[in-house]
Amino acid sequence: MSTTGAPATPCASYMTDKLGPLPFCPGCGHHVVAKALDQALVKLQLDPHKVVIVTDIGCIGLSDRYFTTNAFHGLHGRAVTYACGLKLARPELTVIALMGDGGCGIGGTHVLNVARRNIGITLIVANNFNYGMTGGQHSVTTPSAGITSTTPWGNVEGPMDLCGTTIAAGAAWVARCTMFDKDLADVMAQALAQPGFALLDVWELCTAYYAPRNRMKKKELDDLLASDGLRLGVLADTPRPEYSARYRAAYETGRAASKRRPAIEVQHGNSVPRQTGIIIAGSAGQKIRSTAALFAQAGMFSGLEATQKDDYPITVMTGHSLAELIFSRQRIDYTAIEAPDYLLVISEDGLISSHDRLQRLPDTCTVYAEQSLDLPVTKARVVRCPIAQAAAQAGRRSVAVIAVAAMLQDTGLFPLDAFARAISTFQEANIAEANLKALKAGAALVSDRLSAD
Amino acid sequence: MGREFLEGNEAIARGAMKARCDFFAGYPITPASSILHYMLELVPAIGGTAIQAEDEIASIGFCIGAAMAGRKAMTATSGPGISLYSENIGLAQIGETPLVIVNVQRQGPATGSATKGAEGDIQFTRWVTSGGLPVIALSPATVGEAYELTYRAFNLAEQYRSPVFVLTSKEIGVTRESVDLDAIELPPLVERKRVGDDEEYLPHRFDRPADVPAMSDFGGAHIARYTTSTHDQAAYLTAKPAVIQEMIDHYTAKIDAVADDIALVKRDFQESAETLIISYGITSRSAAVAVREARARGARVSSLVLQTLWPVPQRAILAALDGIRRVIVPEMNMGQYRLEIERLAPTGVAVIGVNKMNTTLISPAEIQRTGGLL
Repeated sequence: MSTTGAPATPCASYMTDKLGPLPFCPGCGHHVVAKALDQALVKLQLDPHKVVIVTDIGCIGLSDRYFTTNAFHGLHGRAVTYACGLKLARPELTVIALMGDGGCGIGGTHVLNVARRNIGITLIVANNFNYGMTGGQHSVTTPSAGITSTTPWGNVEGPMDLCGTTIAAGAAWVARCTMFDKDLADVMAQALAQPGFALLDVWELCTAYYAPRNRMKKKELDDLLASDGLRLGVLADTPRPEYSARYRAAYETGRAASKRRPAIEVQHGNSVPRQTGIIIAGSAGQKIRSTAALFAQAGMFSGLEATQKDDYPITVMTGHSLAELIFSRQRIDYTAIEAPDYLLVISEDGLISSHDRLQRLPDTCTVYAEQSLDLPVTKARVVRCPIAQAAAQAGRRSVAVIAVAAMLQDTGLFPLDAFARAISTFQEANIAEANLKALKAGAALVSDRLSAD
Repeated sequence: MGREFLEGNEAIARGAMKARCDFFAGYPITPASSILHYMLELVPAIGGTAIQAEDEIASIGFCIGAAMAGRKAMTATSGPGISLYSENIGLAQIGETPLVIVNVQRQGPATGSATKGAEGDIQFTRWVTSGGLPVIALSPATVGEAYELTYRAFNLAEQYRSPVFVLTSKEIGVTRESVDLDAIELPPLVERKRVGDDEEYLPHRFDRPADVPAMSDFGGAHIARYTTSTHDQAAYLTAKPAVIQEMIDHYTAKIDAVADDIALVKRDFQESAETLIISYGITSRSAAVAVREARARGARVSSLVLQTLWPVPQRAILAALDGIRRVIVPEMNMGQYRLEIERLAPTGVAVIGVNKMNTTLISPAEIQRTGGLL
């Protein structure tokens, strides 16, 4: 129960007879469960506007409309998900999910996860060991050897102990009752009053199918409990903070930490004549993607439009890492690069992933390659640089910055200052410092080479 | 905010926040996962809830519950996740739940290629769930449009009490572009109509079929009811054929009747052109280049880009077809939306598909070659 106000005048009942009597078969345990829920609500005197009964598919799902509270009847097995959505949206609501044992099978993951998360809803399972609505098929709680329409020679599957399972999943409060328990409504009220998740497993008779097929009455129900070594009553009562409260506390901390990204104003010029495609081919861990983004933003500081597409294996820490950049003074429409103007090959992985492309490159392309790599024959102009050697000095994680700086120095597409600006603007101070040094080292590779030529 | 370098998925998150989205639930899936990351950062900061659910079914289930409690909810996934959303999308239709569903399409079917692009979920979106009721789906082509159309998707969801799809793809979702979101003009924000506290409330009240019923949040002034079962205006189960048909007519009419009003298209028509390219999504950008290149060579060609895919912007398509003899429909699938164009094109108009589904973009040259523009 959350901090809900009591109704203005005391509620003598939360059920209506406007729709006639409950639609269940004579003797069905669902009558008992529905009435016990009414009595529990009366006992707690909750404002009906602040109570939502969420029902699942199955006979018990017919009951919500007989209540004067809010009612939500959803898909089979998913009642818990709507209940969680309602509770997360409005933590002040008392949200009750009413399901059968069938729903606990198809929606088992939701039952485990709500227990684990401790979202403050109450799950009441009207557990009659079979699917009453569809012809008495076996469910996850059908006892061993139980006769159902799908286990005509006796159930060869073992039953799931709902209480034990949810306790193992971390449920804060769990109880088991039978439809014959005199204190069923009291236990139900106790369940509703829990601030965290509560499960109440109510064992009952399906008088249409399971009970007659298995000659089950009160005594046999009690015997079944005994033979399975199962207890009745409250089986877990280990309160811990409800999800919403923990969520708010965690994200209050997070909110303080998040900050906004600065906008990019044009600060530099450029000499990019037309749409220009650049591919950076390296390895995972070489900061290819983040360096490409800095490079793109440097282009934006220089008055260019930019796009970036990345390619890398789904296991991100290994293999190649490729970034495709396009710069243009105009809007960029087609974002694929068929023949790049510049290709930066930084590592063996980068070489392998661009090997075929290298062989197809036209002579209008310039390749900047780490000098130790064994490049295939290509028509492109090739500039070999000791990128790895420079990175050994400037820092391995700056290798892509070195390559880009060398390329910028050689091409003069836009000033190195723009690249430095992007690094200083978007990177943490200590990383920026290392990368600015690497930028100088990269530029020097080309100036040195040119002076050597 | 000014110019930024953003991927489409971030633009979607920002568009959602601009529309005051305050509930998000999602399950990790490439290439949509970063929407979940952005929303986990942005939504709690305004007092809302963003949560990673245990699966896609729970994601959309949480969203439907939250939306009916008054939140503006969004979920995001890729094709495989839409398969798992399917049944709950039907629930959102029959329950008239405002909800934004983002599909960052990837190469399918099944697991397909998680990191590769496709636009193969076009008819899947239209016929996503049992019953065949109409859906609303918007398809951005750029990072900027991902922002704008997500914002608009919230408006449509609220206005028509309907699930609304944002159909993007890997090629927009995880491609970064230079963009200034503040420079994008947005319509005023639309909030759902709510029944006054003192008024009588029927969960699905309408007089004429196309009316959109006013809502009342669960936990508010009225006792609210919601059901997945065939129901009447009061959300009580019904077996009366006349009432059932009335409800189906209502769900259908409220979307179909406004198809032309909510149609978003971009026209680039050329006087006396007899060739028209109809495109959408990322492929419309290849079409734009194809049109420029063809015109530069003296060809006369018009372009119609569809931002609204469902309901079909029929009037806009028919108007664009006026005087046209050949329609080129390039798609990163095997010809899904071409079916709609063939349905609308007058007899004698040739409809030519340019189709590819090998995870690479359709190039401007391929459009011109197959479309006979070279």
